[in-house]
Amino acid sequence: MRYAMAVDTLKCVGCSDCVVACQTENDVPIGHCRDWIVEKTTGTYPELQLEIRSERCNHCANAPCVRTCPTEASHYAEGGIVLVEESECIGCKACITSCPYDARFIHPEGYVDKCTFCIHRVEKGQNPACVSVCPTHAMIFGDLDDLNSDISRAMATRKWKSLIPEAGTDPKVFYLI
Amino acid sequence: MIEEIITSGRMNPEIDPVLHVWGWEIPFYLFLGGISAGILIFSAYFTLRNRQDELPVAVKWMPLAVPFLIGIGLIALLMDLSHVLYFWQLFTNIRWESPMSWGAWTLGIIMPLSIAWIATWVEDIFPKWDWKFDEVKTVINWLKNYRRYMAQILILLSVILGMYTGILLSAFNARPFWNTSILGPLFLTSGLSASAALISFFSKSEVEKRLFTRIDIILIGIELFMIIHLFMGHLAGTQVHIQAAQMFLGGAFTVPFWVFVVGLGLLLPVVLEILELKHKFIPAIVPVVLIVAGNLMLRFIVVNAGQASRWLY
Repeated sequence: MRYAMAVDTLKCVGCSDCVVACQTENDVPIGHCRDWIVEKTTGTYPELQLEIRSERCNHCANAPCVRTCPTEASHYAEGGIVLVEESECIGCKACITSCPYDARFIHPEGYVDKCTFCIHRVEKGQNPACVSVCPTHAMIFGDLDDLNSDISRAMATRKWKSLIPEAGTDPKVFYLI
Repeated sequence: MIEEIITSGRMNPEIDPVLHVWGWEIPFYLFLGGISAGILIFSAYFTLRNRQDELPVAVKWMPLAVPFLIGIGLIALLMDLSHVLYFWQLFTNIRWESPMSWGAWTLGIIMPLSIAWIATWVEDIFPKWDWKFDEVKTVINWLKNYRRYMAQILILLSVILGMYTGILLSAFNARPFWNTSILGPLFLTSGLSASAALISFFSKSEVEKRLFTRIDIILIGIELFMIIHLFMGHLAGTQVHIQAAQMFLGGAFTVPFWVFVVGLGLLLPVVLEILELKHKFIPAIVPVVLIVAGNLMLRFIVVNAGQASRWLY
């Protein structure tokens, strides 16, 4: 089991529904977010290109946050999902500084918080909240080890990229381009 | 032109727009840890060389400060933890991949060991000292037989203490400025240099003063070499490393680093120390204050610059 997510940048319109769904589903404290939208414009006017991405924790297979955590609070759960165990987190923030995606933040209660791929939903066979609400069906969640899963099919048939693969983190959130 | 807008408001406190999760507590602790390591290394080394009577300040007096320095450093570290009531989790886990984990264990061992080390010297420096209880006297007399072993362990642990702070930062590949293996040796050298300066300042014996001034001059030379190397490495690195170095070569950290750390913290004191050795009159307090302040500044700048440097995507 290797859970992964793909975001279709050709379908994403940047509506932020995924962000709101996450905040509602996971009771994310006000002023914080576990996922966010990036609009990237490249080129010189009038030749401009726009890419819209819904971003979150990349659930890296070689996660620097798990490596630098002194207490094993940051760990790999089932299917490679990277989680933080609140009762083991001391709030040293080493994981925050080790994340090249800046995907983590300090929860007002003191421990470090981030995207969980909605593991509580995934365990029940449901999609993460962000995926389930996407109005343009731009997001796909699934198991890379299952070659017939939607995500495996998308990765096999579409061009894709991941974010800063050169950081050596082996991210598991992909962008279809 | 590349323009990147994060909409939907990712403005996570202490993360955006520039990472600043580590405030004054971390660099302040790195500074105290470095000086403590330096003091213990000199004390243990010159004990092994049987020069304890010739160099009393380095071997016997300066270690008295160590438990206080480490203690203050630990308080700063605890103040930094945002989930502080769970700090004991550090000592229910050993994680070899995490420098913070073995740093915590090293601190946990070096603190009692440095107290035991001082205890074996207390009667030498305070002849009227009375331990009150016979049991304590017996234990300390027993410890004195093992001073050489203690010194060897202390050197090993102090080198780890002096280096791990740098290694801890260099293990974060997400922050290109820190991601250089020279930070460990650089922090160790600067910690040794500050403690050598303090020893020569507090010493009353001419032999000890001159020896530690000479040691300090050599250490500052090594430090300057390492700083040049740090930038050579970054400039020969990838785009993100080049950008990290450019924060110091025209960017926001240029003046604080080259003027205060390198100019006032290393070059000026080394000139003053050379003049001192040539028997020119230099108020002893001047070089030591400059070196210690430069040391503190180096750690603040490194911690802040690392957090300001990032990968671009």
